[in-house]
Amino acid sequence: MVIRRGAFVIKRMPGFTLVALACFFALYMPLAPLVVYSFNEGNNIALWEGISLRWYREAWDNELVQSAAIRSLVVATVASVIATVLATMVALATTRTRPYRGQTTIYALVNQPLIVPEIVTAVALLILFAMIKQATNYHGYAYLIGAHTAFCIPFAYLPIRARLEGMDRVLETAAADLYATPWRAFKRVTLPLLLPGIFAGAMLAFVISLDDVVITEFVKSAGQDTLPTYMLGQLRRTITPEINAISTVLLTVSVIMVTLIFFLSRKKAT
Amino acid sequence: MPGAAGRSTMPSGHLEAQAYRKEVKRNWLLSTPALIVLLCAASGPLLIMVLFSFLTPGDYGGVKWQWSTEAWFQVAFYKDIFDDTVSIADAHLSILWRSVRLSFLTTLTAFLLGFPTAYFIATRPPETRNIWLFLVTIPFWTNLLIRTFAILEIIRNHGVINSFLLGIGAIDQPLDMLYTDVAILLGMTYVYIPLMILPIYASMERFDFRLVEAAYDLYASRWRVLRKIILPLVKPGVIAGSILVFIPSLGAYVTPRVLGGGKNLMLGNLIELQFGQGRNWPLGAALSLTLLAIVMIALIFYVRSAQKDGGRHGH
Amino acid sequence: MKVAQKSLLAGVLLSMSSIALAAGQLNLYNWGNYTNPKLIEKFEKETGIKVTITDYDSNETALAKVRAGGHGFDLAVPSHSHLPIWVSEGLLANPRVDQMPNFKNVADEWRNPDWDPGRQYSAPWQWGSVGIMVDTSVYSGDINTFGIVLDPPQELVGKINVAPEMNDVITSAILYLGGEACTGDKQLLRKVRDKLVEAKPKWKSMDYGVIEKFAGRDLAASLYWNGAAFRARLKNPDVRYGYPREGYSLWADAVVLLKDAKNVEEAKTFMNFIMAPENAGLISEFARYANSIVGSEQYMPEDMATAPEVIIPKEFIGFGKFYPTCPPDVQKMYTAIWTELQK
Repeated sequence: MVIRRGAFVIKRMPGFTLVALACFFALYMPLAPLVVYSFNEGNNIALWEGISLRWYREAWDNELVQSAAIRSLVVATVASVIATVLATMVALATTRTRPYRGQTTIYALVNQPLIVPEIVTAVALLILFAMIKQATNYHGYAYLIGAHTAFCIPFAYLPIRARLEGMDRVLETAAADLYATPWRAFKRVTLPLLLPGIFAGAMLAFVISLDDVVITEFVKSAGQDTLPTYMLGQLRRTITPEINAISTVLLTVSVIMVTLIFFLSRKKAT
Repeated sequence: MPGAAGRSTMPSGHLEAQAYRKEVKRNWLLSTPALIVLLCAASGPLLIMVLFSFLTPGDYGGVKWQWSTEAWFQVAFYKDIFDDTVSIADAHLSILWRSVRLSFLTTLTAFLLGFPTAYFIATRPPETRNIWLFLVTIPFWTNLLIRTFAILEIIRNHGVINSFLLGIGAIDQPLDMLYTDVAILLGMTYVYIPLMILPIYASMERFDFRLVEAAYDLYASRWRVLRKIILPLVKPGVIAGSILVFIPSLGAYVTPRVLGGGKNLMLGNLIELQFGQGRNWPLGAALSLTLLAIVMIALIFYVRSAQKDGGRHGH
Repeated sequence: MKVAQKSLLAGVLLSMSSIALAAGQLNLYNWGNYTNPKLIEKFEKETGIKVTITDYDSNETALAKVRAGGHGFDLAVPSHSHLPIWVSEGLLANPRVDQMPNFKNVADEWRNPDWDPGRQYSAPWQWGSVGIMVDTSVYSGDINTFGIVLDPPQELVGKINVAPEMNDVITSAILYLGGEACTGDKQLLRKVRDKLVEAKPKWKSMDYGVIEKFAGRDLAASLYWNGAAFRARLKNPDVRYGYPREGYSLWADAVVLLKDAKNVEEAKTFMNFIMAPENAGLISEFARYANSIVGSEQYMPEDMATAPEVIIPKEFIGFGKFYPTCPPDVQKMYTAIWTELQK
């Protein structure tokens, strides 16, 4: 290790830590009033009228909210998992390979959901799916999941690709030299190295799916409201702190998950 | 021969060509499942839109199966409804300009905030990095509408920021932040910033700090190291992040609606209007395809520049 | 997630779809936050029919979805201005509402509206008006005019909101300038456009969700719906609702039976159900708008019985009208004005 000028830390960049911490603060600060007002007795998200758990009770009793929340989480999980798997495959096929015809086309197709405004995809899907629904009489969740998977793919793809591009081929070549089959080399060398990119991609895809309003609004069938479409419906009328209560619950769930993963990864490290 | 596909420096010949063909076939096979999903649920429907842009608006929304190029004409030109003069549709142009300007600023702000954050996470001890990543995404487990409203709450006249500034005496009248372009900028940055952080992190996490160490040994300044070594090597992540922020901001409509107060349309709002109260689906389709074309050009430019540098690494 | 778990989950999800088509089911497609959960509970208890509600946020979305087909809904709740469109596009079945047992409870003035002659297609849900809300502590002058938002008095400038409803806003401006709704008179429309463009800088926003803003005194005036005005007054007693003398829009939402409904008998039961006074009262109690059913007053919250936002004061009744949706060529001009306004 090089030691110079006392405490010169190689990885330190002036101001970066400060900006990063400020960024984290800024990410969470707007959520504070959100959480606080979920305990508001009054039905106004702006005026404080006293503490109560009223909205938690109402959200809990509200069947619509419950089913919408579960539906959101399930669709997001399934769609992001499928999208990440597919995106990893495409990333491997379009990165670090010798250029071939059609490569740019694949890249364009993969990224196309990012470019098109959601309302356009939504209307187009509505029409397409409506035709299929009338022909097959199938009204299930495959449409929703299919639509979500499609627009999640580019979100998973880009971080994976970015990761892949930065990866040195040396290790895989070494594996090949040691007579590893391409599949083995992939499983034991490429995949583990790729994992942070895949992880980032999966999380991005999950969050994007959870968030989607427009496409879901148009593609959903009877009784398939997700949390965002439920809230969109509330937008025109009045918004009550019930929404704050729901959000606080979602946040708490994520915090719990983070803590769990933290403990699990510590176990693995030892 | 195992491993042949990994080398790019073998002499050309029959075996080499065969290996290349195998590789291309493998690539296509890998891509196919994703392509099928995308063609069915993303690109295919787009063809419907192209079709619609050449039809006539239905009387009450929808389309009539009648060929017409009226919609495309309306994208760029405006036939004054009162005196039938034809002029450039400056309403559309100013909306486009506002969208491009705000999206660009959002991307820039997200980069300025997100790059140091990604760097910070990438330089934490390996076991904790995933936790930091989660911390970045946790706020986004709530919902777009909620996040936008959360920003609304803190910038309105009696919100947190104004109350704080009033409290410490920095200002004596509340700052009118809500319903301005600044509000939209803040909102969109807040909403899209993890899309900048995560790709940059993915690129940066693999970064070899020995290169940095070597540079410092050669008496390089921190700024130089940043500019000449770190930035070029994490460029793929930066590009990915920028794409992921710029393009959705361009077509955004919930955030501008809520934070802009609805007085000033962005492109996404304009398009939505055509499919809603405007009842002009062909125009909506034509506008979206125009947006698509603009962005495709930018994207191709990105891809070319990424490919140019990408070839030098990872072999 | 392991492959086995993933496919199990997928299987469960896909099979859930078939449950939706069992008997004793009803699929209602309604505006968001517009259905009283107590109403649904009561219905389910009395009839054993399970109700699934799906939300929409605008007439256009609802129309687009239903028109595309394959939606799986039985009932929808369009606004009066759109109802003739749904009929002419062949989207509705005719359940003969006027022959249902509870039809006798429908008030006389609602039995034969222009937009549903003979009241065959639709059962009334709620109705209301679009008018002017003003915080009278900021401005105490005459509030019964669109001039509040189009030629605002000095005290209100910069504190005005206008609901982003294209048809309501343009119709209001037309009426203010002395024209007739759905007019194609280009001279007048030019004046309308100029007036709107001139007034816009004096507005603060064009948005929904005004109740909190009136409560927090961020806004002092708005072109908006009466129910919201009523709720705002409950939070800020200075809020008053004005009925513009130039003519104000009335609107009515009504429940219709869709042509490709699968649960027709259940749907008809529901349509009949909401015409009973105690149930109509429940509907009104939720969103705070009036209903068309005689005898429902006793089932509505007390404050609604005397609220001028809900019960139109006699001197203003004559000025309110139900305006239909305008013909396509006129609509095109309105959209052009609206885009101009919002650029």
